[in-house]
This record gives sequence, C-alpha cells and structure tokens, in this order.
Amino acid sequence: MAHALALSLPLLAAATPADLLAARSQMALTLGFHIVLACLGVALPAMMLIAEARGHRRGDADALLLARHWSSIVAVTFAVGAVSGTVLSFELGLLWPGLMGQFGAAYGIPFAVEGIFFFLEAIFVAIYIYGWDRLSPRVHFLSGIPIALAGLGGTFSVVSANAWMNQPAGFTLGPDGRISEVRPLEVIFNGATWYEVPHMLLAAYMVTGFLLASVYAVGMLRGRRDAYMRLGFTIPFVVAAIAAPIQIGVGDVAAREVVKQQPAKFAAMELITETGAQRPVLIGGILVDGEVRYALEIPGLASFLAGFDTNTVVTGFDQIPLDERPPANVVHLAWDAMVGCGFALLGLGAWYGLLRVRRRDPTTARWFLRGASIAGFLAIVAMEAGWIVTEVGRQPWIVWGRLRTADAVTAAGGLEVSLVAVTVLYAALGIATVVVLRALSHRWNSETISESDLPYGGPGAR
Amino acid sequence: MSLADAIAGVLWLGTMLYAVFGGADFGAGVWDLLAGRRKGAAAQHDLIDRAVGPVWEVNHTWLIFDLVILWSAFPGAFAAITSTLYLPLALAAAGIVLRGSGFAFRKVSHRLTGRRLFGLTFALSSVVTPFFLGTALGAIASGRVPPDGGGDPIGSWLNPTSVAVGLLAVAAGAYIAGAFLTADARRSEPSLVDAFRRRTFGAGIVAGGLAIAGLFVLRADGPLLFDDLTGAGLPFVAGSVVAGSVSLVLCVVADARWTRTFAVAAVATVVLGWGVAQYPLLLPPDLTIVAAAAPEGTLQALLVITIVAVVVIGPSIAWLLRLHQGSRLESKPEAPPPLSQEPRPPQP
Repeated sequence: MAHALALSLPLLAAATPADLLAARSQMALTLGFHIVLACLGVALPAMMLIAEARGHRRGDADALLLARHWSSIVAVTFAVGAVSGTVLSFELGLLWPGLMGQFGAAYGIPFAVEGIFFFLEAIFVAIYIYGWDRLSPRVHFLSGIPIALAGLGGTFSVVSANAWMNQPAGFTLGPDGRISEVRPLEVIFNGATWYEVPHMLLAAYMVTGFLLASVYAVGMLRGRRDAYMRLGFTIPFVVAAIAAPIQIGVGDVAAREVVKQQPAKFAAMELITETGAQRPVLIGGILVDGEVRYALEIPGLASFLAGFDTNTVVTGFDQIPLDERPPANVVHLAWDAMVGCGFALLGLGAWYGLLRVRRRDPTTARWFLRGASIAGFLAIVAMEAGWIVTEVGRQPWIVWGRLRTADAVTAAGGLEVSLVAVTVLYAALGIATVVVLRALSHRWNSETISESDLPYGGPGAR
Repeated sequence: MSLADAIAGVLWLGTMLYAVFGGADFGAGVWDLLAGRRKGAAAQHDLIDRAVGPVWEVNHTWLIFDLVILWSAFPGAFAAITSTLYLPLALAAAGIVLRGSGFAFRKVSHRLTGRRLFGLTFALSSVVTPFFLGTALGAIASGRVPPDGGGDPIGSWLNPTSVAVGLLAVAAGAYIAGAFLTADARRSEPSLVDAFRRRTFGAGIVAGGLAIAGLFVLRADGPLLFDDLTGAGLPFVAGSVVAGSVSLVLCVVADARWTRTFAVAAVATVVLGWGVAQYPLLLPPDLTIVAAAAPEGTLQALLVITIVAVVVIGPSIAWLLRLHQGSRLESKPEAPPPLSQEPRPPQP
C-alpha cells in the first residue's frame, strides 16, 4: 500500500507518505501551538491598554493593577510566541523547501512585511513592560499603542500569506516552472485576504477575551468577587462578546467566498457528495464509502447559505477528481465544531447582555459564570477547528491549484524522529508556560496589595 | 551594482547586526552559565538579567529579518540551504526555543528550583545555538551548499571550516557580551567591573586566537574562501585585527565604553569582510547573487520594506536603547530574589 502510494508521487520528491504525514503533523502541531500565543500577542495588549486607560481616567487602582498584571502575562506569552514563531520560519524551509524554492519570491513578501510589525512589537513590548514606574503615565500609555497596532498589522501580513496559499495571485510562471514576474501588491491583497484577515483578527480578540474572562470567572466561582476580579472579568468578556456576532457575519461571508473559489473545500465542509440544488446542511455525520451516515439533516440550507436561495447549485465530490479531494470527514467535523462553539459563545454573550438589561449583576449569576468559565476553552476549540477547516480543506494542495503538498515536502527523511522530538519539546514548553503563569497568578492572589505595589504609587500619586 | 546586490547588502547588514546584538545576547548566556553558583554569582545573574531582559527579543528579530529577506529575495538559495543544512538549523531552532522561553520563565519564577532549571536551560542553549548557526554559515562560506539543495546532510556542516566558524561564533558572542556587561556593571554594579573586564579580555584572546587559527584551517579546507578573504576581504580582516587588538588594550586600561565599541567593530568587520570576500557569489563556488535573485517586483518590494523598516524601526530601537542604557528600564515589574539565595518565605 505504502509502496503504491510512493510510486504515485513525482520522482522529484523522494519523501515517503509517512514522511509527508510526519511533516504535516509537525507543522500542524507547531502552528496550532503558536497560534494561541499569537492571539494573545495580538489582543492582550489591547485589553491591557483598556485597563490602563480606565485606571488613569477614573483613578481606578484595580484597573491599573490589572493592566500591570496583564503586562506580566504579555511578557511571558510574547516570549513564547516569539520563539515558537521563529520555529515556524525555520520550518517553512526545513519542511517545505519545495514551497519556498518555487514560490518564495511571491509568498515570502507578506512575511517580509510582517517582519517590520514583529520588530515594532518586540521594541514596544519591551518599552511598555519595563517602562512601568519609569515613564510618565501618559508616555507609558502611548508606548503601548504601537503594540496593539503592530498586532493588527502582523495579523494582516501573516494571514495575507495564508490567503495567498488559498488564492495564489500576483505572479507569472516562466517556462521553467519558476516565477518570472511578481506583482507584490496583488500578492498581498490577493482574493482571499479581505475575508481571511478580519476573520482571524476577530478570532484573536475572541480567544484572548474569553480565555482571560474564563480565568476570572473561575476565580469568582471560588468566592473571590472583589472589584479587581469583576473588572478583570468584564473588560475581556465584553470585548469578546462584541466580537462574537461580528465574527459570525464575517464567517458567513467567508464561507460564501469558499463556495465560489474553492468548491472542493466547501464540499468537504458540508459533506456534499453530489452536485445539485437543494443541498442540505449536515450536522455531525461522517462519510463512509461515499455515503453520509449518522448526520442530522437540515434540507436545502447549504444551498440557501451559498446563494440565499435553496435552488442554488452547489458543487459536490462527484465533480471533483479523486486526487483533488480533501479529507472530508476531518474538515466537516472541524467545521461543525467551529460553528457550534461560535454559536455557543454568541449565546453566552447574549446571556450577559440579557442579565445587564434586566439590571442583574452577571458576576453573581452562578450558572452564567459556569458557562463563562469554559468560554476560553470553546474559543480555542473554535479557532483551532477553523484552522483545520482552512488548512486541511486546502489539501492536497499547499498552493491551491498550483503546488501539491506532497511535492513541496522535504526529501530529507527522518521526519518521524523530528516529529517525536518536536512533540516532546512543545509538550514541555506548553506545560512550563502554564505552570509559570499559574505561579504568577497564585502570587498575585496571595499578595496583600499595598500602595507601593501599584503603578505610579497608586492613583493620585501624580 | 544591481538591485539584487543591494538586497544582498541588506541581508549582510542584517547578519552583521545579528552577529553583534544576537551574539552579545548569546554571549550573556555563556557568562550566565560560567557564573554557576559560586560566591557572588547571584549578582552576576542579576546583572545579566537586567542587561538582556528588555532587549533580547529585539536582538533576535534580526534573525527573522534575515530569514524573510533571504527566502523572498533568494528563494532557491534558501531552499538549497534548508534542504542541506537541516540538522544544524533544526538544532539551532530548538536552541532558540529553549533559550528564549528559559530566560522569560526564569524572570517570572520565584522558586529556586524553577529559577535554576530555567536558568540552566537558558545558559546551555545560549552556547549551543550560536555554534550550530555558525556551522551553517561556515558551510555556506566554504561552498558546501549545492545551488539545487540536497547537499551532504552531515559533512556539509561537520567539517573543519564549519566547526571553526561555530566555535568562533560562540567566543565572539562571549567577547562582545563581556564588553557590554563591563560597561553595564560600571553603571550599576561597580563591584563586578573587574570580573567582567577579565572575562572580556579572556574571551577576546580566545576569539582572536580562534579567528587566526580559523584562517589556517581555511587555507587547508576552503582555499577559495581563504583567497577571497586575503584578497578583496583583506582590508576588513585587517580592520578586525586592529579593532580587536585596540579593544584588548582598552580593556586592560579599563576604558569600558571604548572597549565595547572596538569589540563590536572587530566582530562586525568580520561579517562584512566575509560578504565582500565572496561577492558577487551568494552560494559559493558558483551561484551568483544576480543569478539567485527573485524577479524585479519582489526585490523592489523588499527595498521599500527595508526603507520603511529603517525609518520606523530605527528611531524606535534608538529610544529603547536610550532608555535601556540610561538605566531607565532597569527595575523590573516584579524583582525576583537572586538565584543563589533561599526563596522568599511563603506569605500568609
């Protein structure tokens, strides 16, 4: 079996199917790890600045303490994000030399733009974190703004590169198969950039907001319900709850673009086996021998969502060559997980709004807090599942319609060994990160807060 | 000079800055390792923490900058390098992960065992990472990366030139770091000035010795590069020798600031000299910069990106360094206890 598959690969790529799988798994693992930290790097500085602004404006000591604590978390997560991001840069070459060698001239450009944003982020994170007590409140706050802006710019550039893999544009291939002309703006603003970027940006704010809110929700369920905890919950939760409905709208638009641009990916998302109108949405279910089993069917909905009309014709697997179909079950279940978690989070946000409208304090509503305490987990699941949809759904292509993943992978061999080593390293890194952050939070909890611990010696000191 | 040459120049400048600032950063880890747990080690760990803390991420961004320029401007060469030198590069990447996270974790940990474990991780990987990166540079310089990639996965970087460059990278980093730390100590921890002055001198002698020995290794192992270094690169090699010697004299007469300047110059000129020596080649012995370059559109984009980077990042870094060197960033948000004392008693 393995032998037969190897023969079907071009001779250039001497990698075995096992090597390809190991390379894809390693990329998935390292990217899936990094992306959580990237979300925190993008959105946590914004939360921190909201808290600092509130602290200065209202003389709120709790808000200033929160900003300071969150900046300590940023110091840790930015460091781990920076090194795990560096690993990804290495991996682009180490695992996928075929991709970089052939398309680096185009695909590399958004990353070069990202370099500037990453640089700015590193500089201003340092100034902000080490600048507490050292800079005037005004300058200190202002030094944090470039961090949040660089987070936006960095997300834009990196996601633009991913969007290019889905809708490659802005280059001409020469007769030798290499790129002969590059139009950088078309590369950066390719056909998928405009919907992928806001989708990821909102995801970053949702992951960070709900994750942070979860931590404080757990604290409040354990009986600590002072002003510090309430504010620590409210700022991130409200930001994330505002992002949630917008995200569902953006996601809906993105899905319709996928229908048009990447029909094979959409067919996998909705498990559409036969082309036609009146295609249903299937909730759950898997494809066994080309037949859908165990699914809850909502007739006509997929067609309706694709074109606002149940008679919209949607492409199914029957019109997609066998060797161009993505692994349908993984994509479909990930898609369901993402949408399911997204709506659960939308509901949680609505619940919060309802409690507020009825003038009830959400931070004393135990069942609401129980729901909020798993919101961070749901947000991470939604985001990771979304990446599985877009990445696995693009298979077997690494560059849609242009380069197969199997042709891009390194011929170096021994990739299983690398996968095991990387798994061990990242497990240790993940555990250490959590242990260190928990120790920080325990220390904060056991500290008796004195005036001297507060930034600028507490409100009113200046 | 073509646009491709200009972008290659940017690449070499980035490498130079990484060698100086990243090198200093790795070197600080070397001194952290050598400080161990001896008497007075706590103050040294502390000085290193304060010196490296605010700038290490920025120092390592030069590496990212180099990578993105390399894979966009010279994509084929990038693929050739990564598909040949995957072992040292993978090991260096692992080292970068361990080093950065170890350092960040040590900073926020209060428990002694945690701080020692993270500190050791940081320090050990600070020695290992520049060595592997150095072997990779040595492989490129000595013409062991074939332009189509897939070169010898072991011999390309385990050879006399690569090992010499790897060792030189570690020693040069320790030397620059020593000079930086001496200057820092003079400002904030005068009792450590002499200790770091002696270390700078020692590391300078070792680095200089390795550089000279390296030239002999090159004559035997990489005659092409040797000819270039003693040809077009000669002014730079000579400049490095002079700057290095001056810095050692200054180190003896205890002028910390100028020791630092000349130590930086000694290392920077080596990297620039390498670039000048192998010009117009990107991957010796045959692949030229122009032949390896991406289409004009990519190069123009990279030029614009570089200009924006200089305009935006230059002043930002200047501000950070001014705050840092002016000791305005020295107090940490939460000052942890020194490494070699008992941990703080648990608070009620």
